[in-house]
This record gives sequence, C-alpha cells and structure tokens, in this order.
Amino acid sequence: MEKWPDNRAWFMVIPVFLVVAVSAIIPLMTVVNYSVQDIFGPGQRYFVGTEWFEQVLGDRRLHDALWRQFLFSGLVLLIEIPLGVLIALAMPKRGWAASFSLVLLALPLLIPWNVIGTIWIIFTRPDIGLFGATINTLGLDFDHTARALDAWVTLMLMEVWHWTPLVVLLAYAGLQAIPEAYYQAARIDGASAFAVFRYIQLPKMRGVLTIAVLLRFMDSFLIYAEPFVLTGGGPGNSTTFLSIHLVKIAVGQFDLGPAAAFSIIYFLIVLLFSWLFYQALQRAGTGDK
Amino acid sequence: MARIALERIAHAYRANPSTDDDWALKELDHIWEDGGAYALLGPSGCGKTTLLNVISGLITPTHGRVLFDGVEVTESRTEQRNIAQVFQFPVIYDTMTVYENLAFPLRNRGVPESRIRERITEIAEMLDLAGDLGKRARRLSADAKQKISLGRGLVREDVAAILFDEPLTVIDPHLKWQLRRKLKEIHSTYRLTLVYVTHDQNEALTFAEKVVVMHEGRVLQLGTPQDLFERPQHTFVGHFIGSPGMNFVPCTLAEGAVAVNGTRIPLDAATAAAAAKATGALELGVRPEFLGLSDSPQEGAVAVDIGDVEDFGNFKIVTVRMSGRTLKAKVPEDRGVPTGRGYVVFPAGMTRLYAGGELVA
Repeated sequence: MEKWPDNRAWFMVIPVFLVVAVSAIIPLMTVVNYSVQDIFGPGQRYFVGTEWFEQVLGDRRLHDALWRQFLFSGLVLLIEIPLGVLIALAMPKRGWAASFSLVLLALPLLIPWNVIGTIWIIFTRPDIGLFGATINTLGLDFDHTARALDAWVTLMLMEVWHWTPLVVLLAYAGLQAIPEAYYQAARIDGASAFAVFRYIQLPKMRGVLTIAVLLRFMDSFLIYAEPFVLTGGGPGNSTTFLSIHLVKIAVGQFDLGPAAAFSIIYFLIVLLFSWLFYQALQRAGTGDK
Repeated sequence: MARIALERIAHAYRANPSTDDDWALKELDHIWEDGGAYALLGPSGCGKTTLLNVISGLITPTHGRVLFDGVEVTESRTEQRNIAQVFQFPVIYDTMTVYENLAFPLRNRGVPESRIRERITEIAEMLDLAGDLGKRARRLSADAKQKISLGRGLVREDVAAILFDEPLTVIDPHLKWQLRRKLKEIHSTYRLTLVYVTHDQNEALTFAEKVVVMHEGRVLQLGTPQDLFERPQHTFVGHFIGSPGMNFVPCTLAEGAVAVNGTRIPLDAATAAAAAKATGALELGVRPEFLGLSDSPQEGAVAVDIGDVEDFGNFKIVTVRMSGRTLKAKVPEDRGVPTGRGYVVFPAGMTRLYAGGELVA
C-alpha cells in the first residue's frame, strides 16, 4: 500500500485543539501576559520583565501563607490517608452493610463546598452550635473566631470530615480488587494480620493510594471556599492560605501583575510536588532506585 | 506427613441447604494415605476446589470431620493445620524478592535464618530459581511466578500434605510437562502426601498413583489410572476418562446374558447374578480401544453401519452407527476397516455392565 502525506488530517485535531485552547492555553497565557506587564488600562501597559516575580518572592506575607499552606496540606495527608485506609479496612466487605456504609461515607462528598463552610460555622458556634456549645459546656474554652489554634482545629476537623471519605472510597475499591487467593495463600503461609496488611494489602493499594495522595495534596493545597466561609482567613492571618491571599491581592487590591506572577509560581509548586509524590509512590517498596 | 481422613464431609455455600443442588460437596468419606500422590480429577464446578479447601481449612465444612493422623482438625484454622497449598493463579508478594517470597512461610513460623537459607537453596535448585533469588518477584514472568508459588508450598518440611489447585494452568505446555515431572521426582524423593487438583485427565493420569474422580459434588471412583481405564465404577468416569470416552449402549437382561439390538452377549456368572438384583437402566460399556470390528457376522457380534474413519497416523478412530446411536472404535493403523456394513464385537474381559450409571460387579 502506498502512503502519501495528507496535511488535511490536521483538521481532525482542530476540535481538541479548540477545547484545550479555550480551557487551558488562553487562560494560562493571559496570566503570563499579566505577570510580565504593568497594565493601567487599555493601550496603557509597560513591560516590566521579572519585577512582579521578584516582588512576590520577597513578600513576607506570602511566605507566611506558603508555610501555612504546607503545614495544612501536610496535616491533611498525614491524617486523611492513614485514617482513610483504616476505615476502609474496617468496613464490611459485602452485603447490605457494605452498600449502606458506602452511601453514608459518600454524603459529605455530595455537599457543595461553600455549604460545608456554613454547616461548620453553625456546628461550631460557641453559643448555639452542637459541637461548640458541647465543648464549652465541658469546660473547654473554644472559639474559632477568636483563637488561631481553635480555628485550625475546626478547619482540620471539617477538612477530615469532608475529604477522608474520598480516601476511604479509593482504598476500599483497591482492597476489593485483591483476589481472594492472596488472602488464602497468606493463611497457608501463616502470615499475621499485620503481615497481610504490610505485604498484600498495602502494596496492592499502591495505585489507588497514589491517586488519593495526589488528589488530596492538590485539593488541599488549593483550598479556598471552606476556610473563606468558615474563618475568612482569620483570626488575624492565621488561616490565610495561598489562594485566600491570592484573591486578596487580585480582587481586593486589584494588583493583577503580582497576582498573575503569584499564580504562576503557585501552579509550579503544585506541579512540582505532585510530580515528587507520584515518583515517590511509584517506587515505594519496589526496590527500584 | 500425615494420613488425612475425611469423615462424612459435606459442604454447602448457602445457609440452610434444602435441595440436592445446594450442596457443593455431597456427603463423602475419604482417606488420603500418608505419602500418596493423588490427583483429584473432575470437570469445572464438580467440587474439587471445595474439597481441597476443606482439607486445608480455608473452608469449614457444613458437617463432617477432618482428621490428620487421627487428630480432629475440623475447627482448626489453616495456620494451625500445617498444610501447604498452591493456587491456580500465581500468588506472589510484590514487594519482596524471590528469596524473601520463599522465606515468608518459614519466617512466619520462626524458623532460624540459617535453616531457611539451606531450605531455599535446596528448593531454588529444584525449581531452577537459583539465579533469580535476588530479583524482585513482581518483575518475573507468569511461569516464574508460579514456580515461586510452588516453591512456597514445598519449602516447609513438616507439612501434613501439599495441595495443588490446578497449579499449572498458566504455565506454557513445555514447562508444564517439566514441572509435572519435577513434582513427581520430588514426590518419590521425599514421599510427601500430594493432592493435585486438575480437570485435565492427562495431567491426572501421568502425575498420580491414585486418581479420585469427582462429579457434581460426589466422589465417583478412587483408583489407579489403570482401574479408571479398565473398570470405571460409573458411566461418567468412562465418559470422562479416555479419548474418545467409553461407549455405552442400552441393553436388556436375558437369562445369563444381555441382549443388544436382539443379539445375545453372554455374561459371566457373577455379573449375571449381580445384574439380576440391580435396579436402573442397563447399559453395556466398552472402551473404543477394546471394541472389536469385523466384516463378517459371528457369535455375539452386533450389526452396525460403518461411518467416518479418522486417521491419526498411528491409529484410526472409526465411528459406527447402531440403530441411531454412535459408537467409536480405536483400531491400529495397519488393520483394515470394513466399509458399509460391519459388525462390532464386545470382548468378554473388557466389557462392563452398568445399572443406573453404576458398575454392576
């Protein structure tokens, strides 16, 4: 069969190109455009090179928000991944109880994010909130609007309640996919419950846990709606995370140049860490270097 | 090593079994002698794996008792039974090396490292895994993975029995033959009790000293490959074993003989006496290897139409029709086959009578 080049084939790519252009390339390039110019109005703009980047990288408030963000995402991963795996291990494997617990677990995932914030505002109010009032009745002075630690505790509780079910669902799916023969072989080999977990369940969950870690890292690193509704970034700046800070610069102060430069750095950090996590999890326990 | 006795064992996967079909394993008594090499043969879904899992304790039978050397273990957990089992699909521990995989059953039981090293060296040598011991198990081919599974079954010295659940299904044919021979070799060296489940009659007949044939949750026959071939206890065994399977023709009893299509075929006195007492439809069974073909009528020969002749090079399979029923005869390459009309002869020593599917003897 004779082959000849036919450039009209490129037309086939146009739909995908358009979708990607509208959804990713154009917005991203707009941000790049803003990040290297000082724009006063239509027709009035000056090229400033890396000035915005230098300014943003030297901003102390941004540094604070960045460390806060790392602390938050770190805690999220440290709590939600092990907790999710534990719950998945403890869940019923079949029958109506399995379906029931799956539906129950999925409920928090179905609630809109800003509604989550509102629910927790009311839930933790020191005067009428079920949680807040109960804690205060027990003699603990609790108020997430006044104390940074209380705000963090509330935020972490909300985050864990909201997103651990996702980890559970993923881990549960991973566990269900393990063939029965593995458990039978382990019994024949005299393996303890811990050995079964360490050498069968955990390695077999590698794929789903990689997804869980990446999703939870990215989502928690980009968190906005829930803390914005619950604490508004306060008290003080104690719960001002990167995205809240970014919105303050971009919308509050209308400093589009620095905000754009910040967005690009933000994006690169998420990309870098996602890549690192992915690489680490792909190699964990396989003996590959 | 141990003598394993199953007493009135039956198992149903559903609670409250009511009909016969609910029982995956119908009530049976069976003894696996110490040091025997057994094959458990039967079509898919006949209860072979269930029976195996009852022995290893992965399943607790609905009723009945399992005894190892006279000690009841029915309620003991698998871990306490000291039994090894190899499964159909390779089970390996992904994160471990081949060495660690083989060491796993021993380490879990606190065997000293020096002894583990000796055992693994021995087993790896036996299974040609010596060069791969340091490799990650998950990187190996399916064949090698199944060899690791076999190795984990063989590595413990003190097991009561080693159970194989169709272990060579995923292995390619050439290696399959090698591994089966290897297992036979291991058996004759160590005199382990081996139970080998398979649905492949060649595998069963070449591997085992004794073959247990199962069908629909029942054990139909326990015997040497020769027994199964020459004296099938049940028409199913006759059908299932042999290629092609045994021929069966309906017959009626007629004073110390049976009549097939009006032709009298004499029975020996003992069979005739037993047949008089037997109930159920009578059938005469004869292996294609023993069915005689002739072109002239003679005493006890039944007239047939000769059909297709398939030539396999070193033998021929002749299909004959006897009033709407087909029979097969396996004849040597050099023997002539009559065309058109012919006669089949049921040789005295190799023809069996069945009543309601069971051998009349």
